[in-house]
Formats: sequence, structure tokens, C-alpha cells
Amino acid sequence: MSAADVYLEVKGLFKRFRGLTAVKDVSFSIKAGEILGLIGPNGSGKSTVMKSILGVEPPDGGSVRVNGVEVAGWPPHKIAQLGVGMVFQHSRPLHRQTVLENIVLGLLPDKLLDFFPDPAIEARARAIAERVGLGAALDRRPSTLPFADLRRIELAKAIARNPKVVLVDEPFAGLTARETAAFAKLIGEMRDDGRAVLVVDHNVKSVAALVDRIFAMYVGERIAEGTVQEVMQNETVRRVYLGGALETAARPESAFRDAQKPFLEVHNLNVFYGKAQALENVSIHVHQGEFVAIVGLNGAGKTTLFNAISGLAPYVGEIRRQGQSLRGKTAASIARDGIVQSPEGRELFTEMTVRENLDMGGGRLKEKDRVERLEWLFDLFPILKERANQTAGTLSGGEQQMLAIARALMMKPDLLILDEPTLGLAPRIMEQISKALERLRQTTPITVLLGEQNVTFALPHADRVYVLEHARIVWEGDPSRFASEVGERYL
Amino acid sequence: MLRRILLFPPVWISLIVVVAASTLPLYVSGYILGLLTIAYYFGVFSMAWDLLFGFANEVNFGPTFLIGLGAYTAGILDNLYQPPIFVCVAAGAFAAVTGGVALALPALRMRGPYFGLMTLVAVLMLQNFVVVAAELTGGEIGLTVPDVISIDDKVNYWIALGFMTFSGAVLYGLSRSPVGLILQASGQDAVQAGALGFNLTKHKLAAFIVSAFFSGLAGALMVFYLGAASVGTFIDVTVGVQVIIGAVIGGRRTILGAAIGAVFLIAMGEALRPLGDLATFIVSGMALFVVLAFPGGLLGMVKGAREAT
Repeated sequence: MSAADVYLEVKGLFKRFRGLTAVKDVSFSIKAGEILGLIGPNGSGKSTVMKSILGVEPPDGGSVRVNGVEVAGWPPHKIAQLGVGMVFQHSRPLHRQTVLENIVLGLLPDKLLDFFPDPAIEARARAIAERVGLGAALDRRPSTLPFADLRRIELAKAIARNPKVVLVDEPFAGLTARETAAFAKLIGEMRDDGRAVLVVDHNVKSVAALVDRIFAMYVGERIAEGTVQEVMQNETVRRVYLGGALETAARPESAFRDAQKPFLEVHNLNVFYGKAQALENVSIHVHQGEFVAIVGLNGAGKTTLFNAISGLAPYVGEIRRQGQSLRGKTAASIARDGIVQSPEGRELFTEMTVRENLDMGGGRLKEKDRVERLEWLFDLFPILKERANQTAGTLSGGEQQMLAIARALMMKPDLLILDEPTLGLAPRIMEQISKALERLRQTTPITVLLGEQNVTFALPHADRVYVLEHARIVWEGDPSRFASEVGERYL
Repeated sequence: MLRRILLFPPVWISLIVVVAASTLPLYVSGYILGLLTIAYYFGVFSMAWDLLFGFANEVNFGPTFLIGLGAYTAGILDNLYQPPIFVCVAAGAFAAVTGGVALALPALRMRGPYFGLMTLVAVLMLQNFVVVAAELTGGEIGLTVPDVISIDDKVNYWIALGFMTFSGAVLYGLSRSPVGLILQASGQDAVQAGALGFNLTKHKLAAFIVSAFFSGLAGALMVFYLGAASVGTFIDVTVGVQVIIGAVIGGRRTILGAAIGAVFLIAMGEALRPLGDLATFIVSGMALFVVLAFPGGLLGMVKGAREAT
């Protein structure tokens, strides 16, 4: 292969956000007709790498060359015009326009005096639509199309300008197995067309069948690079995704007092978001005092499940707390009765101080109880005591997460739902949160339902694990059996 | 090509309406013609505003900054040197475009509500300038211009109607053209539009220039219809609010709806005039109702009814 065939070359890429270094010295290159999988857990910096290539987040250091041209620091439209296309994960088509018009958009020149549509453009748009499987939907509006077809529109727009380099963000999120196969084929065709393709996803497994090589990242740095097999056998990768030798301290289900009648029962839950089915016949149960982990990748349906339990998402099916149906109860009354969620993204009152945030959580407690509870929480998370008078927005990510958990605990919950508490956190911070969770488990009667895609974090705390995949529960069991039975899926 | 355009429902319906409207001077009073003349200029203000809000997704709280620049520039020029009226009008449009660019260049760098706030501040600054520079502008009393286009109600009416038709055709055509498509994409999803290779700043600035051009032109023409300019008719924030409400009730992202909305607002205000101050209250209430019940505006309502059948 000569150097001329290298369509994308990233060298020594650096990107910092305020104090945090999101990408550290990342280098890789992709040749014409090659697919590279860029993988890493949430917060590993892979999206930032993609945005740097695209020019949305100009890099702070290093070089990005597209077909030999240095583009670091260029505005996105210039980079796009040079031959970089992007398939976005979330599709936001123009809703008043037809599918055809949406694809035409991708083909239009960046000119101000282009008042009359060029018939050649329409013909090309039709050809592209045919190719991505939208031939029958040309005159329909995007809002009438199924989810997978909306993704096809994104794909069509991305290849419209015949780019040399295509970036694909989580191509399979939210797709069924059949749609996944169809999309893999379409991405494979980009390789056959001689494009350089970068597919970004969370784990090896989801892109294994598609890619030629894999580049694995963790907290902003390269941890492994090579073929699918090489990366899957890499020690660091295994440790990041599966943890080392797991020390689990799971308590058997029979050990709980309510072994016969679980504290929380979710039965045949179905949730739809418009056309996409977010949960399909999901049934789980949680005993009083038990720590249950729901493990699943982004888009698997974890947050939807928690929102349904918290009364925030409409559902079909049954959710019972100690035998009593929660249907018809408002989110506020469910929370007051002791099912409290610490949501993904934390949702803190960022303009209020740490102390005020906690007081909001404990608003319904008696003065004496509140003071006591606050003492106890400051003991659990000492850093929050130091920061008590700081506004929540100025805290680091880890401190904010601790505050979110503490605020939820102020409500004295019977069941605490933790949605992705480790999202975007450094390993050292995760450890602190991990210790706090372990203390909760050892010293309080609290029940915890933990949603995580970070298996390493979730397993050591769990008494029982559910695996949620594409809206369905696909595995349930003891954490010690996890690695051998389903671990491969999480590499 | 022309055939295809003429057969497009919004086009032939609009043509029929315009032809019908052009016969009005044959059977309605001069008073009503006068009202409609003003209403048509407001129609242009609202359409120009919709290009920015509906397509570029930029809320310009200061349409009257552009309108006022056009109106006062034309008026002052006529007052000082009495060049031919068309020179004054052209100067007004030019001033609005220049002022618009000076405002948009820094404002478009802002994200979120700051663009809107800057445009609002621009209105207040212009208003203050007019009051302070009273010798030039007539200050709070207003500016009387020595010339008018015509003293005939009918001629004035036809000029306003013709101008609105011309502006509507250009703005509507623009909104349906490839440029309009790019503008809509830029307004909806900046990151994606950039990734598709579109220079957002360039397209939004162009939209601002077009919007400013028509606002300034309409403002200047209206001065030579009224024979006077005052802060209360051209610059005051309440005038801007009326332009905005007209566009919103007519139907966002439709251009033509904005003209309908503006005419509707002025017609309602007049029809309810016997109620005194209550009229403003009722018109505002109706506007609020339309916005809440039919976010698509009057045109959206019509479209909804057609799609439902």
C-alpha cells in the first residue's frame, strides 16, 4: 500500500476540556477500502476523536490529515467539502420535506445563488435512495417512516457527496437483528466503494463482523490496536471491559426475607417511543435489601425501564411494589413512597450549592432527621462536606455524581435506582463511588437497582445481574457466572 | 417549468387572491383601502421576519431595527435633499442591509437567546438615537417628509399590493429553492449541516441580508405613503411585536402565512375598534389562542384540515 492510499491519518491527537484531557496522543490511519472500528466505553474519548476529525471540536494538538491535507482547526464545512462524511447516530431529518428532498439536501452545492434545483441532482438522489433501500419511500415524510429508515436517510446524506472518509457513529444502536445485518451490509458497501470508514461503537462484539481492524480506547488513550481476535485477547481490554478476577460477594436469592414475594416486581413490561420499541416483555424482580444490576449497552433500554418504574414513562404491563400496583401513581408519589431515582446525567440544580441540593432532597424530613441524615451522608461522601457551600455546577464530574446519589439518599429511599453512575468518570473516582456503595450494602437495609454498561463496576456490588439487550432481558443470574456465560458480549 | 410552478396550489391560490384584491378599489371605500395599504406593508415585514425565524431558526426580536433604518434613512434623505423618491427608497433599503449586516455579524456568533437579545438592544439604541438626534430625525414629534408617492388612495393601494406580491414571490420562491433547503437544515441542526459541507454563517447572513432588504424597502415605501415617520409607527417595540405575532399566527415557516397573519391582525384591530382599548386585548387573546391551539398558525390550520379529509 502506498502512502497515497491513506485517506485518513490522525497523529498525536490531543483534546482538552477545561481541566480534563479527553483525548491523549491518539494516532491511527485508515486506508482506502478499509474499515476501522474505534471502540471504548462511555467517556473513553472516542466521540471526541470523531468530533475532532469532523472539525466540530477542533483539536488542541496533533494532526488530522484527510487524503494528505492537514485539516486540524478547519471549520466543519471545509472538512466536509474536502471529503469527510458523517453518519449521525441520532437522525434529525427535515420533517416538512420528503425523503427525496432530504437526500437532495446532501447533494446541494454550498452556494448562495442556487435558486433552481438541478435535475441531475434529483436523479442522483434517487439513485442513492435506491442503493440504501429507500427507493419505495421517496415521496414520504420522515415522520411516517420506521426508525431504521430514518437511519437510512442519514446514511444516504453522508455518502451523497461521495466522501473519501466516512465516520459512522454507533451504527446499530436501537436496530433489530435483521436491520443490523442490513446496515452492516450497507457499511460494507462503503468499503467496496473504496472509502475509508471509521465505525465508532462501545464494544468489539457489535462491530466485530464488520471491521478490518480495531482501535480500542480507554479514558482518552489507546489501549489496544489490531485485528478483532488480537483486541479481544488483549489483557488491558479484558480488564477494562470485564474487570480482573472478579471478587463477587453475591447473596443468594433465598437469603432474602421476602424470597417468595419480592419487594419490586416488573411483569411483561412493554414501552414504545413512537415507532421504536424501547422495552419488550421485560420482567424483573428485586428483593428487599438486594442489590440488582441491570447491565446493557447504550440504547438497550435501561433508562426506559427505570423511568417506567419511577412513573416517568408510559408502559404496558405491570409494576408492583410489595404486591401493590404502581399504575396510575404520579412520579412524585412514587418517589415520596420510597422509590427514588438518581438519574443518568445527574440532573442537579447546578446554580444551587451542594448543601442546598441536599436540602432539596431532604425537604420532607423533620429537622432532626435531616441533620442526622446529612451527617451520615457527609460521612459517606466526605468530599461533599468540604464542598458544601460551592455551587453544584462547579463540582467535578465525580463529585457531581456523588452529590446526585447523596441527594437521592436524602429522601430515605427504600429502593434506590442508580442509572449509569459511572458515566464519564475516571477509574479513581469510580473506586470512591464503589466504596460508598459497598458501605451502603454492608451497613443499611437499602435496596438498590443499578443500571450500568460498565460491567467491571456493576458486578462486584451485585447480588444478581440481568442483561438487557435490544429492549429484552437476555440473561439473568449470579455475577460469578457472568464472565463465562455472557462476558464475550461485553468485549 | 413555469407551468409546474403555476400549477402548484399555493401559487395559483395566491394569484387568484391577489387578482381579487386588486379589484377592491372598484367597490370599497378609501378608508378601507388605506387600512389595507398599511396591512400589506406589514405583510412584507412579517414575511421578511419569517425567513429568519422560520427558516434560519434565528429569533429576531428587532424587526423594527431594520424597518426603522429603512424608513428614517429614506425620510431624512428626502427631507434634506429631495432627490427622486426612488433614490430615497433605494437608500433606505441599502441602509437597512448595511445596518443588518453590522448587527448580524457579531450577533450570529452568539448562541441561544443572545442573538435575540442583541437584536432587541439594537431596536432600543435606534429608538434612542432618533429621540436624541431630534434635529435630523424629528425626534419624538416625528419626521414629516415633503414628498409622497401619490395622493390617490387607489394608486397607493395598488403599489402596496404589487410590492407585497413581488416580495412574497421572491421570499416564497427563495424558501422553496435549494438555498431555502440549506437554510432550513442550518437552522435545525447546525452540526449536521456543517458536516454536510454547508457554511452556516454564510447562509444565515445571506438570509439576514434578504430579510433586511425587504424590511427596509417596505419601511421606506411606507414613509412615502404616510408622508411621515415616527418612532411609534416604525421603531417602537410594540410595532415589532405586531410583526412577529402576524408571522406566528399566519404560520411559521410558510412565508405566505405571515402576510395573511399581518393582514388579519390589522383587519381585526380595525373591526374591533368600536370596543376601544378592549380591542387590543381581544386581538392579543385571539393571537394567543391561535398560537396555543394551532402552533402551525392559520395556514397550518388549513393544511391540517386538508390532510385530515
